[in-house]
Amino acid sequence: MADPAAAEPEGEQFEGFQGESPQLPEAEVGTPQGKGIGTSTLRKEDAELIAGQGRFVDDIRLPGMLYLAFVRSPVAHATLGAIDAARAREIPGVIAVLSAEDLHFEGGVPCGSNPTGDARQPTRWPLARNRVRMVGEPVAVVAAETRHAAADGAAAVEVEYDQLPVVVGSEEAVREGAPQLHEEAPGNLCCSIRYATDRFDDAVAGAEVVVRQRVVNQRLTPVAIEPRGVVAQFQPSTGEVTLFTSTQVPHFVKTFVSVVIGTSEAKVRVIAPDVGGGFGSKLNTYAEEYVAVAASKALDGVPVKWTESRQENMLATIHGRDHVQDAELYATREGRIVGFRLNVLANMGAYLQLLGPTIPHLTLFMGTGVYDIANYSCRIDCVFTNTTPTDAYRGAGRPEATHVIERLVDILARRLGIDPAEIRRRNFIREFPATSATGLLYDSGDYDKTLDRALELVGYDELRARQAEARARGKLVGIGLSTYVEVCGLAPSSVTKAIGVGAPGWESSTVRVHPTGKVTVVTGTSPHGQGHATSWSQIVETELGIPFDDVEVIHGDTAFAPYGLGTYGSRSLAVGGTALYHSLRKVREKARKIVAHQLEIDPEDLEFGDGRFHAKGSPERGMTMAEVIGAAWSADNLPEGVEPGLEETTFFDPPNFTFPFGCHVCVTEVDRETGKVEISRYLAVDDCGRVINPMIVDGQVHGGVAQSIGQALFEETVYDEDGQCLTASLVDYMIPTAFEIPFIETERTETPSPTNPLGVKGIGEAGTIAATAAVVNSVCDALGVEHLDMPLQPERVWRVIQGLDEKPVEAGPLETKGGGTS
Amino acid sequence: MRERVSVTVNGRSYEREVEPRLLLVHLLRDELGLTGTHVGCDTSTCGACTVRIDGDTVKSCTVLALQVEGCEVQTIEGLAQNGELHPLQRAFHEQHALQCGYCTPGMIMAATSVLERHPDPTDEQIRKGLEGNLCRCTGYHNIVLAVKAAARG
Repeated sequence: MADPAAAEPEGEQFEGFQGESPQLPEAEVGTPQGKGIGTSTLRKEDAELIAGQGRFVDDIRLPGMLYLAFVRSPVAHATLGAIDAARAREIPGVIAVLSAEDLHFEGGVPCGSNPTGDARQPTRWPLARNRVRMVGEPVAVVAAETRHAAADGAAAVEVEYDQLPVVVGSEEAVREGAPQLHEEAPGNLCCSIRYATDRFDDAVAGAEVVVRQRVVNQRLTPVAIEPRGVVAQFQPSTGEVTLFTSTQVPHFVKTFVSVVIGTSEAKVRVIAPDVGGGFGSKLNTYAEEYVAVAASKALDGVPVKWTESRQENMLATIHGRDHVQDAELYATREGRIVGFRLNVLANMGAYLQLLGPTIPHLTLFMGTGVYDIANYSCRIDCVFTNTTPTDAYRGAGRPEATHVIERLVDILARRLGIDPAEIRRRNFIREFPATSATGLLYDSGDYDKTLDRALELVGYDELRARQAEARARGKLVGIGLSTYVEVCGLAPSSVTKAIGVGAPGWESSTVRVHPTGKVTVVTGTSPHGQGHATSWSQIVETELGIPFDDVEVIHGDTAFAPYGLGTYGSRSLAVGGTALYHSLRKVREKARKIVAHQLEIDPEDLEFGDGRFHAKGSPERGMTMAEVIGAAWSADNLPEGVEPGLEETTFFDPPNFTFPFGCHVCVTEVDRETGKVEISRYLAVDDCGRVINPMIVDGQVHGGVAQSIGQALFEETVYDEDGQCLTASLVDYMIPTAFEIPFIETERTETPSPTNPLGVKGIGEAGTIAATAAVVNSVCDALGVEHLDMPLQPERVWRVIQGLDEKPVEAGPLETKGGGTS
Repeated sequence: MRERVSVTVNGRSYEREVEPRLLLVHLLRDELGLTGTHVGCDTSTCGACTVRIDGDTVKSCTVLALQVEGCEVQTIEGLAQNGELHPLQRAFHEQHALQCGYCTPGMIMAATSVLERHPDPTDEQIRKGLEGNLCRCTGYHNIVLAVKAAARG
């Protein structure tokens, strides 16, 4: 076979359109053995979605329904004056204009995060009272007969704003004399989270090499393609509330609606129908949900609908990231890391949403990454500013951790003249379970394996040689590595309590076996694209031998499901899937007792396989699952103490987190003339433990990597000094299109998690956590600079090439302690 | 204030009195109950509302309902014929080219015109052709493969 490199025309290496088109995979419909665990079974969710028969919130219409439109603050900070709705009320179709005076709430929008125990959690009323602190803050709501009338009404409401000084950036917010947002948070400080290993300063004082870098992890807007929306109805006669909402956490919403509205939780039903993406932005409860319910109540039970516009989505739905990090890495001259110090200013925005300071708290926990670093110090100051609140955005604290440590390790490698792959090898954690510097117990791992596999697949040595040749021809070609570990499977409830999160971390499932042999699974998870109905059905097929197609999965409706925590933090399979596994095992064990009784065999002497119990050593003596199901239903011959029916529920609280890991490699070429970065190859080697559906796992990696490439190259939420968001539309905020994202090569190693019986870890966020560092390391390598902050938009890169900003450096100075440079 | 519009959607004739400012996408969703066509932005950027008008793919948020007077509109609901999925619908399923599924109807409608222009499209033609449709879930990887698979039948 010809050498593909040799076949390329001179000077054309690393060019071409976004890599090679991969072979079309054969459509797999399960293995000959079925559609159980480990097969790329096609999704059962797709049929309605490809036909246009999905049911999203805005598709729902109730009889007599009114439309809501919010009046929002156009200024970032002001004392709220009079609200004049006279003109709005005259508009045909406008039924009501409601402000904070008209709607009663028992409390504010809840925050469930207090990492330090003394975090300032200023009350945020669903509709502003007295003061507004961000552009987009809801001030009043208009109810009208049509969308148009509601919008016209909202535009006609006149509000007086007495403007106050504004502060936007976290560094400005903590300066002496900065405008203050909340009386209860002097210095704009929400909380200061601190952690250090014993005698940290002494331990790193003698380090031979110190690398310091300021790293900005920019503010991002999540942009689920379906904006939020609600349909709400309050029944005055009974006090019942029905709320359709586009959310990842319907049960949280149910609990908090009952508290904030002041009604019995048993009367509240929350339904998350089809949800068009979340990425953490719908892991929250929002002012609009409470206002919609209160508005229906105020309007004598008329149902109301609110559909978020994209502009509202980019102003009033949470943002992500916005960390300013100062990092110091201490090492020996041989590149062995001895310590890491990380100080972070985390911009909370104007108020805390559900998880606020917990997001950077996760950064603290994962700061040391895949490396055996004994000495670690981290301080995170969470700061209020006149901006949209930040909260969980895909990865939620872990991308910030991976990015900074992976950047610093690359800078260290560069300074010491050690290959980036080699410096990583010199520092990997190798014995598992491993206690990290922050006390987390990494469950299992093999970081050399994913690194080695990635280097083998990209042909690392040859790639470096080709890079050298390309450079000799004046090409700016870079190779970037990112070796990551993340914490997911959130979370052991004792740990969430200990770190100040006001919610537990367990998950629920119910398995209901119908007399005809069909199965309903009710799960507490709340998917919005992850394919739980498919994966959960695969687990049923493997564990009970009941065919995939005979399983229905119900989620997202609090009237049907046992309490569930929802879908976030790459937790659904590791926690919710395990809850399902335990319910299936309970069904199986009950079935075993019934078979043993009917066949008069000791239960221990029965084996289960292919959907059938049989006596050990005599396969002909047994009962099929279908026969057992019939016996459990007819209930005429059950063993003593065994109840009729086959239905089991489990609430599973995980004993530990799970820790997926991997190595991503990104090859880039930078256009000298324009500064444009072209990704010529992207390879992800991930280890998420045991895989239920490889096709779905690949899809999660593709999407996560694409989102992370978006952060690395294109996306940035920008405010001006008056607190106006300059990127509040998809024209101004660029999420990547098909034209910007290359094919993503995926590969896996499989190191089972000992945390759960399925051996699974989680994959939803891995791509987002790993990829920014791979891309930025690659571009820094291409340009020969130590560091660049994201996004690497063409102008920023071009300015570096032109020498207008950071000067390219061939080798940075060795900053040393004690002994001077060698 | 209201004006009459007559339009054929997925082969069926409709007549409605509408506000002149009503967008086609809201005519389809709110007046005709065809909720498969979605809205994802205010700026005609995302393409979730893509439909076909007299054979052209159009973002239905850029068109007033009154502008389709006498036109034939096709939406995602009209793509399958006689209970048989369109090759693109089948390919999106078989290649796992959708996750949350919100962009999918618009993406598939846009892809129909990519395939008409390029019956055997290159990766670049597919990516260029879908540049006006945003997906936040899939990274486009499997969408490109699905369009390719549909082209090959």
